[in-house]
Amino acid sequence: MTGHDADNFVRVQIINDAAAIEQAVSGVVAALERHHYPKASLFAVKLCLHEALSNAFRHGHRGLPPSTPVALAYLASPDHVEIFIEDRGPGFDPASVPDPTLDENLERGSGRGLLLINAYMAVAEYSPAGNALHMVYRRPDLTTNT
Amino acid sequence: MPGQESRLKVRKVDGIVQVEFVDRNILDEGNIQSIGDEIASLIEAEPTPRIILSFTNVEHLSSAALGTLITINNKVRAKAGQLRLSNIDPQIYEVFAITKLNKLFQIVPTVPDAVRSLA
Repeated sequence: MTGHDADNFVRVQIINDAAAIEQAVSGVVAALERHHYPKASLFAVKLCLHEALSNAFRHGHRGLPPSTPVALAYLASPDHVEIFIEDRGPGFDPASVPDPTLDENLERGSGRGLLLINAYMAVAEYSPAGNALHMVYRRPDLTTNT
Repeated sequence: MPGQESRLKVRKVDGIVQVEFVDRNILDEGNIQSIGDEIASLIEAEPTPRIILSFTNVEHLSSAALGTLITINNKVRAKAGQLRLSNIDPQIYEVFAITKLNKLFQIVPTVPDAVRSLA
């Protein structure tokens, strides 16, 4: 989030409440709809937002009051959407999450949120502290003529 | 669960429990917990459960819901029962494929397909 684009980001503080989360996610989805993103893109971005916010509240904010907000910032353009999600927890090391697709981990209860985010997003990178996620979703139905 | 609206439509035909989700979005952890509890009760009520979960109304489903489905599958297997998933939207099927849970669950196109496979 650098340069002049930083001013255009929509910024939202979200508490751990189903309605608040849904309202924030709906805001991002509405921004994509204004750019006429296809249904598959809306599905992917909505899913990744829920997964990222769920991880932030369930793991990042474990032990913190439910009123502790997670910060969401996003900017939708015709060909991509950039999303930042930052929690106030101590952070984690994404490399420490076991691969849930391995046969021995297939029945594990967790780890799939991160997998889905990595599958759908063109960019999914955590800050060095591990409490902030930067995601970029690229619209798949637009091709560049070079 | 008295006082709580069911999140499932349930009917039993020829000993097979057919479950349809009411919600279009299975994303909220509170709802997922309720759904898991309701289906666990259905499993407990059957000596050898044969259960079909139809996703015909479902448009979105999170990894937390997948975790609950794994728990349900384990409960059914613990009673030597059988579980089928049906009517899964292609976008949701992709979530099963990405997570490789399409290898763990028996997924069939429709409820009649599921019934035939349990007969």
